[in-house]
Amino acid sequence: MIETKNLTRSFKNGDVETLVLKGIDFIAGDGEFIAIMGRSGAGKSTFLYQMSLLDEPTGGEIKIDGHDTHRMSERERMRFRLNSFGYVFQDYALLPELTAVENVALPLLMQNHSRAAAYAQAAGALQRAGLGHRLHNLPSQLSGGEQQRVSISRAIAHKPKILFADEPTANLDNESSRGIMEIFQDLHKQGQTIIMVTHEEEYAKLAGRVVRMDDGRIISQTHRG
Amino acid sequence: MPLNVRIGFFLATRALRRASLWTTGLIIGVMVLTFLNLVVVSGILVGLLQGAVDAVRTQYTSDVIISSLNDKKYIENSPNLISLIESLPQVGTYTARYREAGVLEANYKTRKETDKPNTASAVLVGINPVKEQAVTGIAGSIIEGEFISPGDYDKIVVGGYLLKQYFPVETPGFTTLENVRIGTKIRLTVGAVTREVTVKGILKSKVDEVSMRAYMVDSQFRSLIGRNDGNVDEIAIKLLAGETPESVRDALLARGVGAAAKVQTYDDAQPKFLKDMIITFNMLGTAFSSIGLVVASITIFIVVFINAITRRKFIGILKGIGITGHAIEISYIFQSIFYALVGSGLGLALVYGFLVPFVAAHPVDFPFSDGILVAPVDSTFFRMGLLVFSTLIAGYIPARMIIRKNTLDSILGRN
Repeated sequence: MIETKNLTRSFKNGDVETLVLKGIDFIAGDGEFIAIMGRSGAGKSTFLYQMSLLDEPTGGEIKIDGHDTHRMSERERMRFRLNSFGYVFQDYALLPELTAVENVALPLLMQNHSRAAAYAQAAGALQRAGLGHRLHNLPSQLSGGEQQRVSISRAIAHKPKILFADEPTANLDNESSRGIMEIFQDLHKQGQTIIMVTHEEEYAKLAGRVVRMDDGRIISQTHRG
Repeated sequence: MPLNVRIGFFLATRALRRASLWTTGLIIGVMVLTFLNLVVVSGILVGLLQGAVDAVRTQYTSDVIISSLNDKKYIENSPNLISLIESLPQVGTYTARYREAGVLEANYKTRKETDKPNTASAVLVGINPVKEQAVTGIAGSIIEGEFISPGDYDKIVVGGYLLKQYFPVETPGFTTLENVRIGTKIRLTVGAVTREVTVKGILKSKVDEVSMRAYMVDSQFRSLIGRNDGNVDEIAIKLLAGETPESVRDALLARGVGAAAKVQTYDDAQPKFLKDMIITFNMLGTAFSSIGLVVASITIFIVVFINAITRRKFIGILKGIGITGHAIEISYIFQSIFYALVGSGLGLALVYGFLVPFVAAHPVDFPFSDGILVAPVDSTFFRMGLLVFSTLIAGYIPARMIIRKNTLDSILGRN
């Protein structure tokens, strides 16, 4: 479970300070599929980066399963990201010199799995994403949709507690986007907690809760199903 | 294997395997050139003098040289000494030389009374041509005519530095013979004796001692200088392969030879200025190499820095998904070590597989020596170690600079 209290984040550019998150109180329960929406500049990606420990807030609290994250050292945050979180980025964020299976196996190797176990687990994740025939392809040899599926496989191969997705369909055509959202729905059905930032209403509707943001604040939350 | 090292190795091998061949080739090329700069520059500088040292050894002193004491005209009891030398098991062969200062004169038949005689001061040497050739092989330095033979009478071989056409140097007080060719008759004066001899050969060597001498057959030279007791002026000893000159020197000194003669190894007999120059050139070589090492380090620093900057986003992603900064740093260290080892390995192969044997077979024709490439294995490996270490540091620092940047800023490409 993630809980934020009065979460703020500001950026300084010279003497000018821009407040992007203006005191957000938010709770995400285990197993939820949450879509965060809002117009450009609303602060939704910044909010996602705070919750996923990729960035440090200027003020407020973030608790993850009772752990107070602002007390964590960089090493503890890194370990938390490795073991408990999975990430899907808009531009796939795959390492160009690693094959699909190597990209997926890398976090598993970092978790000290043996090479054989990591590769087997990675290959399994890719097969479930329909990429069993693309294991040894480099990202440059894959389509956008395939790269995003590799990215999702990497994010979930180690069975993270929370999957964070930052506009995962923004760079994809409709067909590929629908394929990605089907994977997300399947994962959610299996109990995976997902927090996704998206612009697209069509895909936000697939989430169990839609959180709308504007000007650094949550302006509404809609529960579905 | 520690986890960070394992992951670093994993990342490094993939980065190297899938890197652009041009980039990899360029970096390795820089490393090879740096290695050659480290080893070859000082190696040629030292080799330039080592070539001179080697030439003096092969053409003049051989492994051990015995010469008359400074206050004696010749080596006393030479026949006994020669018997002792012959009895030493380390000795392969030797040559005994008679040596006197004398004057050569040319063009005396065409000279007018008012003309200044065309003379040259020379060291005149009486040798057994067969033994001399076996020890020093100086017949190989003949550039005109032939070397003297045991039965020759009134025949002489003249060093090139005594002839104007081979040594056109106008030094005050130093004169050379003009118009002297093969078959030319010249006058030779030793003490009060003057003799007319025919030039049979001209030899030229980069060893001054060899080129400043004139050579006759020892039997005739003995009568010329009036020495019939068998005492000689210098003996050059060539040892059997694997024997050390020091052991023979010490064995001779232990038998009291030092009381009648100066016993020196080829190294002892080197002029001090040559030894000083070797040390000086070594220092110069090290200085030039150090500059090369700094340049290589800066090159690797720039290459890794640019590589890390262009890969900053991916470094951010790696950190974002939980790969430790140490593992990423280690991957860059592995890559740097790879470049240094492959570059040095190719450099080693080039130096020992090609350059050293090639330069040994085709010495560099310097004015005063036939330069070789001196690359002692221990010093080469030390320089290789230095190169690998400096490359490692030069690769680590820029990688660390980029890895320390904020993870999210790196992912998003923010400054």
